Amino acid sequence: MIEYILCLALFCIGLYCVLRKRNIIKIVIGLGIIEYAINLLFVLTSYRMNSRAPVLDKGVVITNMVDPLPHALVLTNIVIGLAVTALIVAIAIRLYEKYGTFDITKIRKLRG
Amino acid sequence: MKNKQEPGMTLIVKTITRLTVGLILLYGIYIVLHGHISPGGGFAGGVIIALSFIHLMLAFGKDVALKKLSQPVASFFESIGALMFLSIALLGLFGGYFFFNFFVNKGEPFSLFSAGTIPLSNIAICFKVGAGLFAIFMALVLFKGTGKDK
Amino acid sequence: MVLGAIVAVEIEDLLSSVIAVGAVGLALSMGFLILKAPDLAIVQLVVEILCIIILIRATIKKDLSIIKNGRWFFNTFSTLLFIFCFLVFAYFALKELPSFGEPIMRVAKEYIRQGLSKTGATNIVSSIILDFRGYDTLGEATVLFTAVIGVLAIMRKVGRINEK
Repeated sequence: MIEYILCLALFCIGLYCVLRKRNIIKIVIGLGIIEYAINLLFVLTSYRMNSRAPVLDKGVVITNMVDPLPHALVLTNIVIGLAVTALIVAIAIRLYEKYGTFDITKIRKLRG
Repeated sequence: MKNKQEPGMTLIVKTITRLTVGLILLYGIYIVLHGHISPGGGFAGGVIIALSFIHLMLAFGKDVALKKLSQPVASFFESIGALMFLSIALLGLFGGYFFFNFFVNKGEPFSLFSAGTIPLSNIAICFKVGAGLFAIFMALVLFKGTGKDK
Repeated sequence: MVLGAIVAVEIEDLLSSVIAVGAVGLALSMGFLILKAPDLAIVQLVVEILCIIILIRATIKKDLSIIKNGRWFFNTFSTLLFIFCFLVFAYFALKELPSFGEPIMRVAKEYIRQGLSKTGATNIVSSIILDFRGYDTLGEATVLFTAVIGVLAIMRKVGRINEK
């Protein structure tokens, strides 16, 4: 149970970072940390004690294997997370070009 | 930064890069082709191939890397990957449903040519991911280069 | 890993913060390796390197004045409220999760039993993402394609001059 609680602590740090910080790059970092926490939770639920990785071996009959389904889901999620990070960074660079700052409150003031 | 007239980094970085880029590319291709036997697969191999080109671009400046793989070529490879993956999925309709593994003879396990459509799908995804990530990185770099006059 | 995350959030300099996030990602990769997921370890390691390169690209060469955090009262209160709500829901969710080390494996049992005979691939994860659950991968490819188009459209130079 202690593993799940550490994973939740990681999620809370990411949430605090997203809600509290005013720098756009810090917000991107917070989103990345949340993504790590979710991936870790999925993999933690699939672990089985004294087991093997989900790759069959030659001549060995494996009876005790890790659950391979969350691995497939997380594998998809990691690449999507990279694409989303790249998109947010592109928007942030464009905002810096336009307003000259990364501070979100100043951007809001300039707009109004 | 002794040689400022040449684009890119110093001589040490360039020499090491010349040695290691080929190895990184080869390792990426190995991971893609053995994706159905050992851990790895299309995603990891594609990202490693993109990283080898990015390595080249960071060390030598953008002109050398663009000579090897320019932006239209990258877009072309990405579209080819997407179409290949979709066509493999559609070919499965002959067997009855989407993504059907239509080879009857699956080959013996643990050999390189086995597992029906999975290696083909791996290669398609490798093209798609590698070219797509390289296109993203190139867009960021080229924007930094041209946006200075603003 | 949690310590690395705290350092990444609280440090003032942006470049140090990005490097701390890289440390968190590498620790996550090692954690995947310990939890018997070699595919995920490889992908996480490689993706982390690329993510750091992109983030450094965004932060470098800009005269960043250190932005002081806004310390007004409402923001702190709402942040604490959100974290408290999340913890309340997480407490109820933790009771429903399977205990550590004993997964449910209701669907995956069939995949493991029939994986070799139906697809011929010895890597079960590969056979799941490319054969049994091909729709997921197709959707993922669509998302990546959309992201590439979005970045290329945002970073485009032509047509932005009329806006100013």
